[in-house]
Amino acid sequence: MKIIVLMKQTFDTEEKVEITNGMIEEHGAKFVINPYDEYALEEALRIKEQNGAEVIAITVGPERSSVALRTGLALGIDQAIMICDAEHGDHSYRIAALLAEVIKPLKPDLILAGLFAVDSGSGSVALQVAQLLQLPHASAAVKLRLGTAEELLIEDAPWSGTLALVDRDVEGDVETVVIPLPAVVTAQQGLNDPRYPSLPGIMKAKKKAIIERYPSELLAEANQDDLSSSLTVRTALFPPSPRSAGKRLSGDASQQTKQLLHSLIEANIIQRGGN
Amino acid sequence: MGTSILIIAELKGSTLRRVTLEALGVAAALLLERSGDIACFLAGSNKADLELASKELARHGAHHVYVASGEAHQPIQALTSLPPILSIIQELKPQYIIAGHTAYGRELAPRLAAELKAGYIADIISMEEFEGQLQFTRPIYAGKAFETRTFHGTSPHLLTIRPNNFAPVSVADDVEQANVEPIFITEQAAAPLPSIVKNVVQRMSSSIDLTEAEIVVAGGRGARGSDGFKLLQALADELGGAVGASRAACDAGYCDYSLQIGQTGKVVTPQLYIACGISGAIQHLAGMSQSRTIVAINKDPDAPIFSIADYGIVGDLFEVVPLLTAELKALHQ
Repeated sequence: MKIIVLMKQTFDTEEKVEITNGMIEEHGAKFVINPYDEYALEEALRIKEQNGAEVIAITVGPERSSVALRTGLALGIDQAIMICDAEHGDHSYRIAALLAEVIKPLKPDLILAGLFAVDSGSGSVALQVAQLLQLPHASAAVKLRLGTAEELLIEDAPWSGTLALVDRDVEGDVETVVIPLPAVVTAQQGLNDPRYPSLPGIMKAKKKAIIERYPSELLAEANQDDLSSSLTVRTALFPPSPRSAGKRLSGDASQQTKQLLHSLIEANIIQRGGN
Repeated sequence: MGTSILIIAELKGSTLRRVTLEALGVAAALLLERSGDIACFLAGSNKADLELASKELARHGAHHVYVASGEAHQPIQALTSLPPILSIIQELKPQYIIAGHTAYGRELAPRLAAELKAGYIADIISMEEFEGQLQFTRPIYAGKAFETRTFHGTSPHLLTIRPNNFAPVSVADDVEQANVEPIFITEQAAAPLPSIVKNVVQRMSSSIDLTEAEIVVAGGRGARGSDGFKLLQALADELGGAVGASRAACDAGYCDYSLQIGQTGKVVTPQLYIACGISGAIQHLAGMSQSRTIVAINKDPDAPIFSIADYGIVGDLFEVVPLLTAELKALHQ
């Protein structure tokens, strides 16, 4: 089995986001593997440990993104591919097209990705890849099992070969879907508990090679028209409107709750007599 | 030919989701002073529900309603909706395609974007015209910053809208658009990609989706366990709201990850957010700081959550929350 993990390097979620000269200030920020991609990576590693698999991680981004791949290598992935494309971070179609181009000849059985990246937050690239490769998908997986219909105890599956049985989070409800491989599965929180890299793992990873690919070569192969101009363009970037502390309510708990409800009714926030 | 807009409508149970009516509001604003048609796509399995919902869509401004009906659409799935939607797009050539940024919409839009090689601006919270160009604002870093984007290039343009941020379209009382008959789609361009839904387990105790709720009662580590969350649920029920949680509470196993609010988890923008026993880590604040009114209940007077709360109660949630629930009950009688 060959598994591809799509990874993005993002700001650590505990980082503050500051804007300098109309750009997100990256200087001094701590970067991590996008938390949702960590679940995808962990799932791939677990499948590898249980059933044997070759795990390949791919990322698209600027130079610094290779650190995320290095972490992947320390965790036990077999191969790391870096698509060097620094300038087009918000051009999701281009990123998906580049990824699809690298993935196609690899003929993976399973593509795992995070549900969305905690920076741009669209949750778009993995599903665009699925569409470009004409693969089915199951998104927001909280449980993933692979096997034949027999192994998974699915009686009425119209497909032979390996299937994915996926429990997915649909706005809090759990939907169980079956899709035949090859397929794309995106990871939701709760899928697993990602591991940390070990020291020997980190040492070993330092010696491993990261394969570099370039858009010039990939887009030429794809025989696609020029994808240098984005389909959507950012015209402004700004911080949230600042919020200041309001009122501390005084008195004992009973007085505080009475004051609170009074204020909320006064401000028309709770206006209905009931619901 | 005028502007044509396609709305991906969505049912929850047998009724239209509020976000669909909000999308119709966005469509009406996009059409403002331009001639054009609004079409809706609706999928489901219950013909009676679909017909009723179609009428409702027409009453809210839809000029055409396309319906994909059948067992394959129970529950609705992005993969099964995709072929009929692509057929409609081929026929209508809409300038804009708008869906809710819901589980369904956020799966459909990227696939449409890739198939149509269309620009996609996800999760928008507002729009405005500036120098003749439409600009769409969306949160990034879960609300730690915002960006405004425009479409560049040819239509169709894809949008998903965040629930709770646009006013639902208003209905003119005197306009009776009874002439809109749902168009049932019989032919589609291609077979859907393979996928079968085996089972759905409804786990949400309340029918209100967290991201759509107007009132959210959220618990953190201070809730100390699932019993604490029962108190929060009782308050949420009394308020007609939904329960959310901080990452600390989810990691500690007090509640399900599907309730998590923050940069990992969900971003919510309710009218009222009541944070109970939540200290206010940066990653949590990102997910809720755009709520209209924030109430914080925490034992620690120095908790960072107080710095963004409109009303702060320094106190024990185990004392304050039941009191609030009881007071509300009394108020509602």
